[in-house]
Amino acid sequence: MTLTEKILARASGKSRVEAGDNVWVNVDLLMTHDVCGPGTIGVFKREFGKDAKVWDKQKLVIIPDHYIFTADSMSNRNVDLLREFVKEQGLPYFYDVIDDEDGHWKFDAALGQTKKQYGSRYTGVCHTTLPWKGHTRPGEILFGTDSHTCMAGAFNQFATGIGNTDAGFILGTGKLLIKVPESMRFFLEGAMRPGVMAKDVILHVIGDIGFDGATYRAMQWEGPGVFTMNMDDRMTIANMAIEAGGKNAMFPCDQKTIDYVNERTKENGTKSEFEPVDIDADQRFVYDKIFDLSKLEPTVACHPDPGQRKLAKEMGNVQLDRAYIGSCTGGKTSDFLAFAEVVKGKTVKIDTFGVPATTKVVQELKDVMVDGLSVWSILENAGVRMTENASCAACLGGPVDTFGRLNTPMKCISATNRNFPGRMGNKESQVFLASPYTVAASALTGRITDPREFIS
Amino acid sequence: MSHVITSPVYVCADNIDTDQIIPAQYLTLVPTIAEEYEKLGSYALIGLPDDLYPQRFVPEGELKTTYKIVIAGRNFGCGSSREHAPIAMGAAGVEAVVADSFARIFFRNCVATGELYPYDSNERLCDVLTTGDIATLDFDNDTLTANGKTYQLKPLGEVRPVIDAGGIFNFARKSGMIAAKAEA
Repeated sequence: MTLTEKILARASGKSRVEAGDNVWVNVDLLMTHDVCGPGTIGVFKREFGKDAKVWDKQKLVIIPDHYIFTADSMSNRNVDLLREFVKEQGLPYFYDVIDDEDGHWKFDAALGQTKKQYGSRYTGVCHTTLPWKGHTRPGEILFGTDSHTCMAGAFNQFATGIGNTDAGFILGTGKLLIKVPESMRFFLEGAMRPGVMAKDVILHVIGDIGFDGATYRAMQWEGPGVFTMNMDDRMTIANMAIEAGGKNAMFPCDQKTIDYVNERTKENGTKSEFEPVDIDADQRFVYDKIFDLSKLEPTVACHPDPGQRKLAKEMGNVQLDRAYIGSCTGGKTSDFLAFAEVVKGKTVKIDTFGVPATTKVVQELKDVMVDGLSVWSILENAGVRMTENASCAACLGGPVDTFGRLNTPMKCISATNRNFPGRMGNKESQVFLASPYTVAASALTGRITDPREFIS
Repeated sequence: MSHVITSPVYVCADNIDTDQIIPAQYLTLVPTIAEEYEKLGSYALIGLPDDLYPQRFVPEGELKTTYKIVIAGRNFGCGSSREHAPIAMGAAGVEAVVADSFARIFFRNCVATGELYPYDSNERLCDVLTTGDIATLDFDNDTLTANGKTYQLKPLGEVRPVIDAGGIFNFARKSGMIAAKAEA
C-alpha cells in the first residue's frame, strides 16, 4: 500500500484498502476558521440539534485567521460567533484574537494596519499554526475547512480540505466517508542549487502535470531529495498539492519530522504519541517520475492559474506594480530570511508588502539578528511594508480594507499559492507566483527577475 | 417521477475557480443564516472577468439567475474548499452544472449539500453552446438537448440519490446511517 492507503486503512479499521474504495474513517483532528467555522457550526446545530455536543473536544481546533484585521463588521462578527460556540462547548483549542472570553472583536482602523492588534492567544494562519501548536502528528487523519489543509502532508499525516457540510457531519459523529485516492509518486533526487527554493520545486511539478494533473489523487513525495529538505520546505510543497487538484500530499516520516513534532507537542502539552507510516515495497502508483532537484531553476507561475510555468530568467520584460510575501506557503520565518538575504542593504523599487504567517514568525523576525540588525529591520529598511498582524491577509483578497489587497488592476508577484483571476482582490489584476527569493529580486528591480542576479 | 428541466444555459470556459464563482470578499456571509444564503445567490459567478463574460449571471439588484443550467470546460470549481461556491449557485437557482471535469472539493460539496447536480459531459459542450441557448436536461436519461442535438452525459451514479435526498444528512437519515433528526 502507498502511505496514504496505509493511513486510511488504519483509520477505517481495515487491514488493507485500495484506490477507489469508499471507507469511513475516524477523524483525529478537525480544524476550522472564521470564514467556514460559523457555517460549519450552523450545519452542526441544524442537523444535530441546538443542544448537541461535539464528538470530542480534544480533537477540534478553531483558528480565526482569514478576515481579522478589517473593519468589516460581518468579519468581526464571525470571530464572535466562533467564540460563543467555544464557550458553549467548553473547547480547549481556540486561538482567539482577543483575550476576553466575554468580549467582542472589533478591529480599530484608526490604529492602522501594521501595529499589533491582538491578544496573547492569537496565532495567525491556521495551517502554520497547527504544527507550531503541537496539533500535527504523523500517521493521523486531519480534515480542515480549507483547501490548503493538505500542507500537513509534510508531516506524514493524511490531511485534506472539506466543506462546511462534511465538517458539520464530523462535528457530530467524528467520522467521514471518503474515497481512497490513487497515488502519484514524485521521486526527488539531488539537491537544490543556490537561488532555488522548495517553492520552485512545486511550481515546476505543477507546470509538469498541469493545474488538474493530480485531481482526486494523492501526491506522494519520496527519494533522497526529500530528506535534504527541512520541514518548512516540505510544508511549502505539500501546501500546493491542491493547486494541481490533489486530494492530499504525503511525505515519508524521518528524524527531522519526529524531532519537530516531539518538540512542539512537548512545548504545548498536546498528545505526544503517534505512529508514522513507512514506505512499503509493494506500492502501486498511477504516475511515477524522477525529478533532479539540481536541474531546477527559479520558476514562476503566470496569470491566470498555477500551472502556467515559466522560468524567471525568461520573464525580465514583465513590469510589476507590487510584490507580496506572506501566507501559509510563503510567510514562514525561513521565507522571510530568504527574502531578507536578497534585499539586505538595498531598496525595493515597487510597493512591497510583508505579512508573517503567524505571531511567532513576527517574534522570530524581530529576534533573529543578522550583522547587528534584526531581520524585521532589514526588511523595513529596504522599504518593505511589514505588518505585525499575522493573518491570511491579501493572499485571498478578502474585504477591501485588507492589508496588501489589490484594489485596482495591477501586476503583482507573490510568494503565495494561488493566482486565479481575482484571487488577491481586483479581478482584472494579474498575479505571478514565485519563491521568496524571486519575489525579493523582482521587488528590487520592478520586473520579474531571476534571484541569482543577486545571490552569490 | 420524471425529472426534466428546460432553461437557457450560461457557458463558461476552463478553470472557473471558486474565486470566480464567489469572490472571497463575500465569504463573510454565513450560508446557514437564511437571509445571508439568499444574498450569496445574488453574487454567484460575479468574479468572472467582465471582458470575457459581458452577460452578468445574476442581474444587478436581483437574487436569482435565469440560467438554471451552467455549461463549463475542464476543472470547474477548482481552488478553495469554500462550500459557499455550490451554495451561491444553488441559492441563485442553478440546478445543474455540466462540465468537462470538476475539481474534487467542489464536486463533493455539491453532493454533500445537495445544492447542484455536477454532470460530467462526454464532449466539450462549452465549445458548441452559447450563453442564452435553450437546453433541456433530462436527469432520468442523463441527456442534454440543445439546438436540435442531444448530448449524452456521464451518469451521476451513486451520488445521484444523495443529491436527490437533499444532501448527505438527509440521505444518511433515510438510509438509517445516522439517527433521525433531533427536534430543535
